[in-house]
Amino acid sequence: MIGFLKEIYYVSWADLRFMRHNFVELLSSSIMGPLLYLLAFGFGLGAGMTQEGVPYIAFIIPGIAALTSLSASFSSTAARLNVQRLYYRSFDEMMMCPLSPSAIVFGKSMLGVVRGMISSSIIFAIGLVLTPELSITPLYVIVILISCFTFSFLGVAAALLAKSHASMATFSSLIVLPMTFLCGTFFSLSNLPSAVQTVLYALPLTHSSITLRAASLGWDFPWISLAALMAFAIAFFLINRHLIRTKKV
Amino acid sequence: MSEIIIVEGVVKKYGDRAAVNGLDLRVNEGEIFGFLGPNGAGKTTTVRVISTLTDYSEGSVSVGGHDILKDPKEAKKLMGVIQQHISLDTDLTVRENMMHHAMMHKIPKSERMRRINELADYVGLDEYMDKMINTLSGGWKKRAATVCSLLHKPKVLFLDEPTVGLDVQARRLLWDIIRKLNDNGTTIFLTSHYIEEVEALCDRVGIINDGKLIALGTPSELCNKLGSTAVEYYGADNKTEYKYFTSREEANEFASSLGDVKTVIIRNTNLEDCFVELTGKSVSGP
Repeated sequence: MIGFLKEIYYVSWADLRFMRHNFVELLSSSIMGPLLYLLAFGFGLGAGMTQEGVPYIAFIIPGIAALTSLSASFSSTAARLNVQRLYYRSFDEMMMCPLSPSAIVFGKSMLGVVRGMISSSIIFAIGLVLTPELSITPLYVIVILISCFTFSFLGVAAALLAKSHASMATFSSLIVLPMTFLCGTFFSLSNLPSAVQTVLYALPLTHSSITLRAASLGWDFPWISLAALMAFAIAFFLINRHLIRTKKV
Repeated sequence: MSEIIIVEGVVKKYGDRAAVNGLDLRVNEGEIFGFLGPNGAGKTTTVRVISTLTDYSEGSVSVGGHDILKDPKEAKKLMGVIQQHISLDTDLTVRENMMHHAMMHKIPKSERMRRINELADYVGLDEYMDKMINTLSGGWKKRAATVCSLLHKPKVLFLDEPTVGLDVQARRLLWDIIRKLNDNGTTIFLTSHYIEEVEALCDRVGIINDGKLIALGTPSELCNKLGSTAVEYYGADNKTEYKYFTSREEANEFASSLGDVKTVIIRNTNLEDCFVELTGKSVSGP
């Protein structure tokens, strides 16, 4: 086990050094979008509104924290790995080292996890200042961590499967961007037709939003959504491990 | 002499096209093995297959007695690769790249810096260690990549077109490094476009064409098979022709029998002659 954890550290070391070199730039780019959503939707469109019995600002902050975990974790991992694999080919060097495929998957996802945790924590901390309805709980921390792993694994998968830099952009436009707006981040899914709800429940960000909201607002916790989020994380991890093990990268 | 690389019947296909087509190859421990072939012949694919980077559909490969599919971790410990493209992390410094390689090869913490400093000193990288990779010229990047590939003391070093894009000094330094490593027991597997590089360095040479090994032997064995003496003449039809003979006397006799030719050169047959005759192509192009 210690050997496995060391391998994860060895794999992630370079990415974390990269983050250290570019900390301010990476952090500001991660939180700029979520801050704009907070200003536009929380204070602009949603001023004075309530949603599901709480002020709208308290409703959307867990949603924005969820989408921050998606955007920061996915984009950090996917963009860097995509460049390392297709442009610099430095990912080949890693593949030639005596490392387990599982350690490579975890290690390559760590940059996204760290960046996602820091960025979503900043957004949530702002929320704690803005509204007394929110509270940080152990369950919230667990869910945001699982959420960051889920979307970071998704980023690894997207980068491993991408045939070009353009196909990464296409993936972001067709999968990530719609999730950002539709998965219960800015509004309750109960407002939507049931057929649309069914589709949205098949996306991981929906479960991330629902669980983070329940954990931070003290609502009944939707354990089934947590299980669904974990299932997505495990599925993405297994896909990545298979791609690396069978050298389909 | 034991065989450190054994490739048997390997097939690697991209769609319907076989990049490597039933390749059989054995490389002896301690030798410098040159791997020649025209563009697209399967050289780089072969290196990628042996070094575990690319899967294959048929056959088997073992390195140091370890099957690369059944025991990849042990096989990887024995191999170092200097790729055709410089595959370093350009967002990190030279030292950080080396440290990362040392970590990924699980070199003990107490030894990492010592090995990095030793090798960096040897290739003259000392003053560049804290510079970002993307600020270095191609030659210095190649030196950094060389150090990275040697940190774990591989038993086999693969060099895929290692001197492409290097100036003469950098190329000669790399040749010296290759020779020194080989003197210390490292087996070298070298692919190159430069015939003179292969002739200067390699104990044995394999020539691959259309994914198949078509010739194997020492440079002199390959030349003798073709004929040790070459006659090169520029004829009336404005085309250079080549003929090969087993003795210089036969070559002289043929040369004197030539009628209306502008230039005649009698010389020893070289590896480039073998390459062109066997593949029907020049080294650098189709």
